[in-house]
Order: sequence, then C-alpha cells, then structure tokens
Amino acid sequence: MENMVNVFLFGKKYSVPDNLTIMRAMEYAGYELVRGCGCRNGFCGACATIYRIKGDKELKACLACQTKVEDNMYVATLPFFPLVKEVYDIEKIATTEQVMMQLYPEIYACIGCNACTKACTQGLNVMQYIAYAQRGDFESCAEESFDCVMCGVCSSRCPAGISHPQVAMLARRINGKYLAPGCQHLEDRVKEIKDGTFTELIEALMQKPVEEMKELYNTRDIEK
Amino acid sequence: MYSEQFQKSLKAVEAAREANIAFEPQRMTAQQKEELLASYHPDYKKDEFTELLIGPNKGDKVPHELAETLQAHSRIKAEDVDLANPDYDVDVLIIGGGGAGSSAAIEAHNSGASVMIVTKLRIGDANTMMAEGGIQAADKPNDSPAIHFVDAFGGGHFAAKRELLRKLVCDAPEAIQWLSNLGVEFDKDAQGNMITTHGGGTSRKRMHAAKDYSGAEIMRTLRDEVINRGIPVVDFTSAIELILDSNGNAAGAVLMNMETKELLVARAKTVIIATGGAGRMHYQGFPTSNHYGATADGLVLGYRAGAKLLYAETLQYHPTGAAFPEQIFGALVTEKVRSLGAKLVNEKGEVFMHPLETRDVAAASIIRECSDRDNGIDTGSGKGVWLDTPMIEKIGGEGTIEKRIPAMMRMFEKYGIDIRKEPILVYPTLHYQNGGLDITEDCMTTGVENLYVAGEAVGGIHGRNRLMGNSLLDIIVFGRSAGRNAAEKSKSVELSDLTLEHIAKFEKEIEEAGICTDVVSPKLLPKYTREV
Repeated sequence: MENMVNVFLFGKKYSVPDNLTIMRAMEYAGYELVRGCGCRNGFCGACATIYRIKGDKELKACLACQTKVEDNMYVATLPFFPLVKEVYDIEKIATTEQVMMQLYPEIYACIGCNACTKACTQGLNVMQYIAYAQRGDFESCAEESFDCVMCGVCSSRCPAGISHPQVAMLARRINGKYLAPGCQHLEDRVKEIKDGTFTELIEALMQKPVEEMKELYNTRDIEK
Repeated sequence: MYSEQFQKSLKAVEAAREANIAFEPQRMTAQQKEELLASYHPDYKKDEFTELLIGPNKGDKVPHELAETLQAHSRIKAEDVDLANPDYDVDVLIIGGGGAGSSAAIEAHNSGASVMIVTKLRIGDANTMMAEGGIQAADKPNDSPAIHFVDAFGGGHFAAKRELLRKLVCDAPEAIQWLSNLGVEFDKDAQGNMITTHGGGTSRKRMHAAKDYSGAEIMRTLRDEVINRGIPVVDFTSAIELILDSNGNAAGAVLMNMETKELLVARAKTVIIATGGAGRMHYQGFPTSNHYGATADGLVLGYRAGAKLLYAETLQYHPTGAAFPEQIFGALVTEKVRSLGAKLVNEKGEVFMHPLETRDVAAASIIRECSDRDNGIDTGSGKGVWLDTPMIEKIGGEGTIEKRIPAMMRMFEKYGIDIRKEPILVYPTLHYQNGGLDITEDCMTTGVENLYVAGEAVGGIHGRNRLMGNSLLDIIVFGRSAGRNAAEKSKSVELSDLTLEHIAKFEKEIEEAGICTDVVSPKLLPKYTREV
C-alpha cells in the first residue's frame, strides 16, 4: 500500500502518494498540464515552483519535476514570470561592463540581500554572478551561471527588479563569442572543406557498394 | 545512499572497481552485434508493429502507437476555418520551436524572408534543450569528414541516405563555427582547442560539449538570437493541419491555441516542419528521456498531406536511462558518462560489454543482461545494471565529475546519491526517432512541394540507428539549410487558392480501408492525468 501525504495545490488539499514528484502529484490530483511543464527532466525551467511546509516560515523554491512531495506542502507553481529581456545585436556589442550599464543598469541597484541565491532552484550563487556582471568579469559570470535553467524564481524574489537569467545569458554569449580563445583547428577545417580538400574522399564513399563500406567500417582504426 | 537491498551487489561492484578500470573489454564482431540486436532490440520484436493500411507508406510496418495516430481522424473539418482571411501571412512558416526550428528561423531571417515560429509549448521546450552529451564535428587534425561519414554510416546499419549524410558531415565544422560565433560556450582548453571525447561508435574523439548542458547551451543561445531579431514566436499554439494550395503545394497551417482552443489560420509560401521526436508516444511501454511535447505531430501533419515517411519503424532506445530512483525513471543519463570512462557492470560486479558500442547494441546488451542472463539488479520498478560513475574520478582525477557532468551530479544528488562515490542504476529509455519524413538534399519532402523538414522529424540522415552527437548536429545543419532554402524558394512562389481538401480525402481513405477508430491526431500532449 502506498503511503499518502497531504499536499495543498494552490491552497486546495489533495491526498497523494508520497513517492511522487510535485509534477506527478498534480497529475495524480487530476490536473492536465499545458503550462508549467516542459522537459520533465530539470533542464528547461518551465516548472518553477514555490512552496512552504506548514509551520515553517521559510519559502522554498524548486522545479516541480525534480522535487518529491512532502506532507503538508503548500504549492504554488510559477509557470511564467515576466523577465526583462533586452534585445541587442551580438555583432555590434561592447564587451565591457558598459554593455551592462546600457542594457541592464538595474543590476547596479542590487542591495545584496541574497534572496536570489537562496531561491535558486539549481543551487547557484546568483548574487555572486550578478556581482561579476557588474564589474564586467563576464568569464566568471558565465562560469558561475552556467547551470541556470532560466526558471525566473530568482527574479521573482528580487527587490531591485533584476532579471538575473537574462543578465547571465548576455554574459555567456559575450564570453563564448568574444572572450574565450579562438579555435584554430576549427577555422582550418572549415577552410579545408570549402577548398574541396575532402571532396574526392567523400565522393568515393558516395559510390562504394555497401559490402565494401561494411569492410571499411568493420576494420577501421579506432583512436584510443 | 542506497538501501539494504542493493548493498550486496554494490559491494561486488566496489571490490571489482580497480580491476574493472584496468580491464579493456573486447568490442563485438559484426556478427555478434547482429545476433544480439535480432534477439533483444525492441525494433526487432515483430508483434509490436502494425502494417499501415492507407497513405503514402501503405504496406509498411510501424509501431502500433504510431500507426494509430497516423491513421486517425483530423481534429477539424475543412468548414471549421475561414481560409480566405488568414490571421498570419508570412513567407516562411516554421512549425516547432526547438533547435531545428530556431536555426531555420535565423537563417530564413538572414535571407530576408518574413518568418514566423509557431510552437505548442514555449520556444526551447524541445529535445534540444535536454541533449546532454555533445555535438560531433570532424575538426581535429587526425579526423576528417570522410571518417565521420564511415562511423555514422556503419553505426546506422548502412541505411542512411548518403547525400544527406554527406551534407551532415561536411557542414559539421561550419555548424560549430556558426554556434561559436553566436556565443555558444564550447569546452575548450587554454589555447582554444576544443576538448573532445568519444561517443559510442566513433573512431575519433570528435564530441564537442558544453559540460553536460550541451543542448541547453545551444538552445538558450538560439532562442536569445531569435528574440533579438524580433522574429515572431507564437507560443502555446500547435499546428494541427497543413494547408495546401490548389496545386497541392504546402501553403500554411491551421493553428490551435493550446489553452483557449481558438483556431487560427497561418498562410505561408513555404512551410518547415521542425516538430521533433516521439518519445512521449511511449512505444512498447518504454519510459522516455524526451520532453513533454514529443508526440510525432510533424509526421502526422506531413503524412496526411501526402508526404512519405522513411524508417518510421526504427526507434532509438538510449542504453542508459535512469532506472532508480523511480522519480527520475527513464530520464537521460548522458553517454558522456561512458565517454569519460565509466563502464557498465552487472549485479555480480562484472563488466559485460565495451562501454562505447553503438546505442542500439548497448541497449540490446543491457536488456539481455537483465533478461535471459538474469544478471540485472532489481530496482523496485524493474531491472537495471550499474553504471560505475566513481571510475570517472579515479581515471580523470577528483573533481572531473563536477566539472564535466554537473547536471548528472545534480540530478542524482537531489535523491541522495553522490555519483562521485556511488554507481547509478540504468536501463534503456526511449530516446530518439531515427525515422521520419523523407527529404531530398535541399530539405524538401519528396511528396509535397514547398514543404520542408528539419531536425528529428526527418528520416534518413542517420539510417536505422544514430550515433551520439549527430542529432544536435543535424538540427543545426539541416535547420539552417531548410531555413535558407525555404526562404529562397518563397521568393518565387505564387500561392493559388488555399484548401483543406486533403482532410476529407484522407477521411475517405480511412473509411474505405475499414479502419474503425475514434482517435484524433496529432496527439499534441501525452495523457498523464489520473482518471479521477
């Protein structure tokens, strides 16, 4: 027999098996999800959820697909949060803190309350990556924010109105495009292909009978 | 921490770890692989397939669940919508907001076309977002597109359409360069060299990654770029029927708001299907690693309008889905775990196969271990085998797991399992639709003019099995190509009157074939709601 617990979905009480995730518990209760459900595996940030265990003062945040229900859990999902996403041309953008002052000046109004970090569903040090962004250290901002799923819970808790995931997104793109070292072997290969270096080899494979392709495949040398 | 029931087997795994790390298991011969697949791979279970009675692939066999949705009724009748007054009118309509659709949108936009994405959930709610391990490209000096071609062709059982595969491997390095220029952060060393590893069935280390968030990193960057360009994204809206013109060419789609059910008409000069895969069809009852909306919609839309399918009977079961704890049952455990050195180990602590066989072979081998050989571990919700993750730390040094596969560490940590110290339990999970709509090299379907396809909805790029890292690659290569070609073609298209006559025509075929069904399609979302 399954152990049942009481959960309160948007305040209404349901009895559900205790081994379910919050998402499965909603479906068990009879919800047919359209919003607030994406990859169901912790990568897409669609199922941001805020909860409180009865008697506990602390509000907690999680992804509904990655979190088991608990007894007396009060659940409010946050299927959408109005983050501010500024548009820019990645080809014509400053790669210093100037760009942050221009696009996301509110990050300089951070009061250091650390509510963002406490709320992060991925356990990231959000306030720290915003600090890196403030001083134009985009490489550190990119690394610190890398596992962000852009669920938006941090921003929902921010008194300064910062859209942390979008700030980090910008930092990562600047880092990936401009600050990370270039890749010579990639450039060389793209040029070789354009120059037709491999055309003859490939065209020979296009014509080869299947039996010969099998021989080629089964006897190929595999890098250790 | 694992409970008492696992401890005996765990001790055997731990005791054998040092020896297992040193042990180099033999790869199977071609004949051994064939025999293994025939006996244990789900694609070979004849009674799981149904012959199609109608449509362009009449006579072909596909999984029961797919046959049911392909031979189902439309959600609408022609008279339900007013085609004369479209709600949207664009050059290029892209159905699907994953990696392929977004890449197509960016390139179509570059070509000067007016372009729109329609997606039934949000942009980025796609299998692309969940791809963990990496993306292949032959860009190292010891590698070449020709070697990549041979690996992929053999891995796909020599069934790929060679002109599609040629395009995949030859355009791969440029795809990486394009992503890099958009700001995707690939793992590199201090000199800028790509850090690359093996995948199952690769003969060179050509797997590029962004930790184990490779797909997420690519997807969020593409999404950001689509928004920066102001490309309209109509979200929470599904395409439920293609619209043709009086010449039988694709000319738009009927759309449905997923929440209000309002019907809308989008007219377009060319249409790109980029709807992704089908894991949520749960073929043969398998769990899946796919996102919530992976229900083969594009196959249904195309098939009903007259487009042909290729290899729709072949599915990929990823060898390592999570088998424990049950909350993440079926979730993907990236192949990169094995690329980094973890081996598959049975209940007795024995390494029973080379960890980097192709996915179909690895899946079949695990199924054999858990069935006839009875060397599986009982997980409480079925059997599984160990994937000995602590080996990674011993081989690569402490900290390797946190640096290279942080998502895996986090996924298990939430359930009290530290994969740096304890192995994990895995079993095959439904992962990828190898087959799909048949296309020519320019990404157009072979049956319907002006209808393009990109991404997982395409059949034939990989053949009957796909190598790790070639799907993230194909969504970029074929997405970009479809976007460019559809935009170019749209310049010369003169649309005639729009029609939905094919709905009634297909309905008649259903009736004449004597198919009795109350199923409507596309399915759009799986049904997980408990009947209350």
